[in-house]
Amino acid sequence: MRRVLVANRGEIAVRIIRAAHAAGLETVAVYSDADAQGRWVQLADTAVHIGKSAAAKSYLNSAALVEAAVSTGADAVHPGYGFLSERPGAAKEFADAGLTFVGPAVSTIEMMGDKAAARDAAKRAGVPVVPGSGAVGDVDEALAAAEDVGYPVLVKAAAGGGGRGIRPVASRDELAEVLPAAQAEARSAFSDDTVYLERAIDGARHIEVQILADHAGNVVHTFERDCSVQRRRQKLIEEAPAPGLAAETRASINDAAVRLARQVGYVGAGTVEFLLTPSGEFFFIEMNTRIQVEHPISEAITGVDLVSEQLRIAAGEPVSFSQDEVQIRGAAVELRINAEDPDNRFQPTPGDLSRLDLPGGPGVRVDTGFVAGDRISPFYDSMIAKLICSGPDRDTAFARGRQALAELRVEGVPTTVSMHRRLLDEPDLRAGAVHTKWLEELLPDST
Amino acid sequence: MTTIKAQMPGVFYRRPAPEKPVYVDDGEEISQGQTIALIEVMKTFNEVKADESGTVAEFLVEDGDEVDVGQDIVRLGEV
Repeated sequence: MRRVLVANRGEIAVRIIRAAHAAGLETVAVYSDADAQGRWVQLADTAVHIGKSAAAKSYLNSAALVEAAVSTGADAVHPGYGFLSERPGAAKEFADAGLTFVGPAVSTIEMMGDKAAARDAAKRAGVPVVPGSGAVGDVDEALAAAEDVGYPVLVKAAAGGGGRGIRPVASRDELAEVLPAAQAEARSAFSDDTVYLERAIDGARHIEVQILADHAGNVVHTFERDCSVQRRRQKLIEEAPAPGLAAETRASINDAAVRLARQVGYVGAGTVEFLLTPSGEFFFIEMNTRIQVEHPISEAITGVDLVSEQLRIAAGEPVSFSQDEVQIRGAAVELRINAEDPDNRFQPTPGDLSRLDLPGGPGVRVDTGFVAGDRISPFYDSMIAKLICSGPDRDTAFARGRQALAELRVEGVPTTVSMHRRLLDEPDLRAGAVHTKWLEELLPDST
Repeated sequence: MTTIKAQMPGVFYRRPAPEKPVYVDDGEEISQGQTIALIEVMKTFNEVKADESGTVAEFLVEDGDEVDVGQDIVRLGEV
């Protein structure tokens, strides 16, 4: 591996270029019409224009990316996150063109992208999944199944998705009443009346485990992250390690993630996501087969360079450390600074970034793809920068976060900065007592 | 010439979802307030509503094209 094409934009493209150059690799950036002046375009050794601004015509156009790689003599492609990173078809196209895909095998991406297949793999690995039933045909079947699943349950349409076709049910009587209606609804909404039951889990935290696995079969984790501060399933604040986790729970959740990765023969960096209930039970949700936005907080507490490890693994080398060599040192928090207006239901706010003064100092890292004068374009996501603040303990990490927010000046577009200032002082967050619905309950007018 | 203009910059879509039919066809009559298209801004979808009634003479933008604020999207004829 000598030259890596970075099939992404913004801060993650900058992040990958940094890691590649530090590893002695050359880089090829790509850009759309809107991104000709992008920071990553300037930092890469070469840059290729791949199409119009709309993502479908540039960053999602796998044929254009293959051509860009081949024409520049790249021998590997790093997909970053989003865009083509979890599309097995694109990974196959890169492989067919003789390019090394920095990620797991096509079949692994495929399996983990299929909810049922991923759930089966988790079960085979002895990893707990959210208790649920198969399809239930009538009320009697549903009542019997609900005894095993445990109330409260959700009645879910098999053909539903994205939060649609779900009904919460608290008791036997309610289930008997709701089931026929749920089936009728599913039939009319999705042309399929198949429904199944799943345990409803209230007050759960989103805990995810970062793993690395190489071709030699080494699988290690770099501990967990708590990403419970979310709005409409978008993460806004992440922490590592998860605050207040019992040592036993930490050990078993990290171990479960490693077991799943081993079970599926995983290669590369990946994240195994879990729900952690207030009683300390955890359940597998899904596995993301790519680097994640919030990876730097794991780097901050372990000293591991995850993107550099991805590149090593793709080049056929082993992970550079063993499990015994990695320990949690201190704590880290990531604050996502988005071009969104928290006072107006988080409406996205594209516009010209007239000023961008970034914070600094010990334990403050800023990952961004922008400089002052850039345009926050309407075509892509709204993230302007990530503030990653760390310290020997959680209080120091938060104090540095508060100082970093005070130093940060963004002008030209409304941002989530003011919301972060407020949240860092919220007693629940300080106490580590938040769950995935916490932010929406705190800001009821925001959704 | 009466036109309907884009109220925000983004990606223009004539359908609610890729597999769905277009909101309105050329030559179709539309009424004020009716949804005729979507504009995607930073992954959020915003409905484009007709600000007056008329007949769709012509779409001036292709499905999936980029539009800017104030850009003409649809030319209207008389009802």
